[in-house]
Amino acid sequence: MAVQAVVMGVAGGLLIGFAATGLFLFNGRLAGISGIASGLFEQQSREWLWRLAFILGLLAGGLALLAFYPQAFGPPAASPIVLVIAGLLVGFGAQLSNGCTSGHGVCGLARRSLRSAAATVTFITAGIVTVYVVKQL
Amino acid sequence: MQLLSAFLFGVVFALGLGLAGMTQPSRIVGFLDVTGDWDPTLLFVMVGAVGLAGLSFPWVLRRRRPLLNPSFRLPERSAVDLRLLLGAAVFGIGWGLSGYCPGPALVSLVSGAEPVIVFVFSMMIGLLLGRWTREVWLASKPEDSTSEPERDTTPRECGQHDAVAPHPHSRRL
Repeated sequence: MAVQAVVMGVAGGLLIGFAATGLFLFNGRLAGISGIASGLFEQQSREWLWRLAFILGLLAGGLALLAFYPQAFGPPAASPIVLVIAGLLVGFGAQLSNGCTSGHGVCGLARRSLRSAAATVTFITAGIVTVYVVKQL
Repeated sequence: MQLLSAFLFGVVFALGLGLAGMTQPSRIVGFLDVTGDWDPTLLFVMVGAVGLAGLSFPWVLRRRRPLLNPSFRLPERSAVDLRLLLGAAVFGIGWGLSGYCPGPALVSLVSGAEPVIVFVFSMMIGLLLGRWTREVWLASKPEDSTSEPERDTTPRECGQHDAVAPHPHSRRL
């Protein structure tokens, strides 16, 4: 296990935590990506603009990575058909549970939310089981 | 100003995801592959992210209001219910199948890679289906005490909620 990956992991995590803290301190909003993304469908909401701005920020950050750290991106882990199914499940599940890895896993745990702890344990477990099952196929 | 703030923190968030390796699906699948060649990177990312946010969030919540907005916007639900667990399980399956969750997928969109576009497109459809299901579910169970809308994800007249700034400790769950 490369030490560099661990260091980059912690460093990246600190940046994520910093960004979540910043959005919370300045905007008073939680950096739950699934909620922010689904909020794009609510054009009439007052929250729509900051959500759009945040998403644009994600994309801009992506462009910076593409330019200066393209190794950040990796090949897909599944075929297009599986990705379609996975995308539907991720989107649907995130809406149903009102959160995702950033919403529950980062912000929710930071808030000591029991709901988020339960959600996080559940989706990690489901992910582990899924990977295991797929390996057997 | 709050738009600039949201944009900038979005950039930092993306950089964090990228530097942490979270935009590499194989790393995520590797983390979830506990019986195989385990990749612990995500664990360290969580330590960094939740560690920092976990220390700073309570400190932020001691404030009466955020810096650029009249009030904080926090989830209203506190119960651990079937919807939550079911939704999390479904999310986890999709996450395990693809190694993608919403953040990294959106960040990776700019690479123009077809698989990412496919995933994001169906993720958005999944989000829409989830929204409709939530509304139907809420509509069919009015007696559900936890069915009041989420302040963080449903359209509300923000002014009404924001006028009642919650006491920080009332949000502890």
